[in-house]
Amino acid sequence: MLVFIYDKTFEGLLTAVFDAYNRHTFPDTLIEEGEILPLFCEETHTVITDEAKSSRVWHGLEQKISASALSSLTVCWLSELPGIDLLLFNYIRKAIDAPKSIELNFGDPDVLQLAKIWKQINNERLRVIQFLRFQKTTDEIYFAPVEPIYNVLPLTLEHLKDRYAGQKWLIYDMKREYGYYYDMEEAREVRFEEKERSLLSAILDEKLLDKDELLFQQLWKTYFKSIAIKERINPRLHKQHLPVRFWKYLTEKQP
Amino acid sequence: MNANVLEKLKVLAESAKYDVSCASSGTSRSSKKGEIGSAAGWGICHSFAEDGRCIALLKIMLTNNCMYDCAYCINRRSNDIPRATLSVSELVDLTIEFYKRNYIEGLFLSSGVVRSPDYTMERLVRVIKDLRLVHRFNGYIHMKSIPGSSQELVNEAGMYADRLSVNIEIPNETSLKILAPDKDFQSVFSPMRYIQQGVLQSKEERRKFRHAPRFAPAGQSTQMIVGATADTDKDILRLSSALYQRPTMKRVYYSGFIPVNSYDNRLPALKQPPLVRENRLYQADWLLRFYEFKVDEIVNDAYPDLDLEVDPKLSWALRNPQHFPVDINRADYEMLLRVPGIGVKSAKLIVTSRRYGRLGSLQLKKIGVVMKKAQYFITCHELGIRTIQELTPQNVRDLLIRKPARKTDHRQLILQFED
Ligand code: SF4
Repeated sequence: MLVFIYDKTFEGLLTAVFDAYNRHTFPDTLIEEGEILPLFCEETHTVITDEAKSSRVWHGLEQKISASALSSLTVCWLSELPGIDLLLFNYIRKAIDAPKSIELNFGDPDVLQLAKIWKQINNERLRVIQFLRFQKTTDEIYFAPVEPIYNVLPLTLEHLKDRYAGQKWLIYDMKREYGYYYDMEEAREVRFEEKERSLLSAILDEKLLDKDELLFQQLWKTYFKSIAIKERINPRLHKQHLPVRFWKYLTEKQP
Repeated sequence: MNANVLEKLKVLAESAKYDVSCASSGTSRSSKKGEIGSAAGWGICHSFAEDGRCIALLKIMLTNNCMYDCAYCINRRSNDIPRATLSVSELVDLTIEFYKRNYIEGLFLSSGVVRSPDYTMERLVRVIKDLRLVHRFNGYIHMKSIPGSSQELVNEAGMYADRLSVNIEIPNETSLKILAPDKDFQSVFSPMRYIQQGVLQSKEERRKFRHAPRFAPAGQSTQMIVGATADTDKDILRLSSALYQRPTMKRVYYSGFIPVNSYDNRLPALKQPPLVRENRLYQADWLLRFYEFKVDEIVNDAYPDLDLEVDPKLSWALRNPQHFPVDINRADYEMLLRVPGIGVKSAKLIVTSRRYGRLGSLQLKKIGVVMKKAQYFITCHELGIRTIQELTPQNVRDLLIRKPARKTDHRQLILQFED
């Protein structure tokens, strides 16, 4: 069994593809530096991430698959799913070897699998866009804490920058502990310090909120209650569309 | 903004909630400096109410006072309910503040009729004009045109709204006149025609001058109440199909009748809104819009009502076994669409994937075909032994509607509810 060891970055993965073609040997497994080697490991190769090599692979791929298929590879990478690296590796290998683009060959299990993962990530991106709730703070920053299952924050920025161009906002991934702050010019990645982190919560403390914020939260909650038709109450459908894991952050689901 | 808006909001949302539409799709508009918001082009639901319906827009009435007395409507003149009216600035503030917090995609504004259709329409137009021109609001706006309002006002509304709608509510004129004595088809279809003229005219102008103003770019929609009158699904769907022939009609909504005025004996006393029938109508509507079905294939004089037990596509297939089985590896796209269990997405995937090699049942399953249904209507290289031809339509029907035996938990007390 051949194991490639790399740094778990996307560039590292592309470099691994480069190395494999260079060595004419293809890994059965990819692991991160420091991870325990699997049983039956006969040979290892350590990949040194290299900008020049990875971009050669990337440019090579550009000749083989469309721009949208390329971008969906980076999207799938953000899934952080176990084994996603090997799946991407195998897909890239197939794409390079095939005489014509493989991206629509859904009869191929790897192609179909990646299409499904892409779909899941895209769904999660949409859910964040749907369900994030801004709370206006005393310093006029609209703050939205989120907790997506995949690392999709970077994928929401384009939409949010357009939609909320005229207000300062901060969207923060509470699980991965990073976020983006938009100052009406650009969105920059930010991380809270330890002591600031204690102020963070799904619904911010009143002290931190703009004077009208609680009224608008109250108005929205009232609206949410009033708009449901009693004769059609359907808790199952409600939960199916509005997964419970989002409730914690939804203004309208607070008591 | 102050706390008494809270009470008004409650009253006016309660009054507006029976309108089904909440779609926010059909317009793309990106934000420019100094403006508020954008329109995404695809519908974004920001929440789901406890009845499971999408909340995309702030759906609200300017006022729920009304001088008319439509039998099916909670806001009719003769009802003794709390009444409220929002001021233009209250409504504008609510919309913008909700929007900035990512609660909504925009506004869906309607109103009861006060003084006259034109008087009411003018006030609605004032709200959306204010939102667009004073506040530079780019979010989605759906405005309901008041039946009987003038062409001038409809034209003005079209300058600011993304979508305009006029509800038919009752699919035939005689019943409409009985239930809503102040309305007739004319009062509904005239504004529809004005909207269409506005949209087509602006399209024409924009062909010549790129910056000519857009007119209701997301077109129009309408709604019919289902189950308030004796009209059959054939009556309803024929009307829908005729409406879809018009270039600007984007959606027809179906709303299962809820007896909000149970004292009115012109209307049936239903215990439950007819939700299954409503769902079947939406499915039939999809067949009209995306599956290239003709209305007479779905309902006709021999089959005036949709089958409540099976969906309309399956029902068509069972009535027309001569078209099956369909060869997955050869059939054209239109025929694939007709197979129960194959949707638009999987039909497209089949067409692209089979270029790379023949498809078997395993791949079909992975593509997303519902094999439980499709198996009786297709052949691929390993299937095709037990199709509708060998089994007969009746047997296939029985196989498909047979409910999996419910596992009963004997430790639990079973209560029979009777009312
Ligand atoms: S005109 Fe509209 S609001 Fe007034 S009673 Fe009729 S349906 Fe209701």
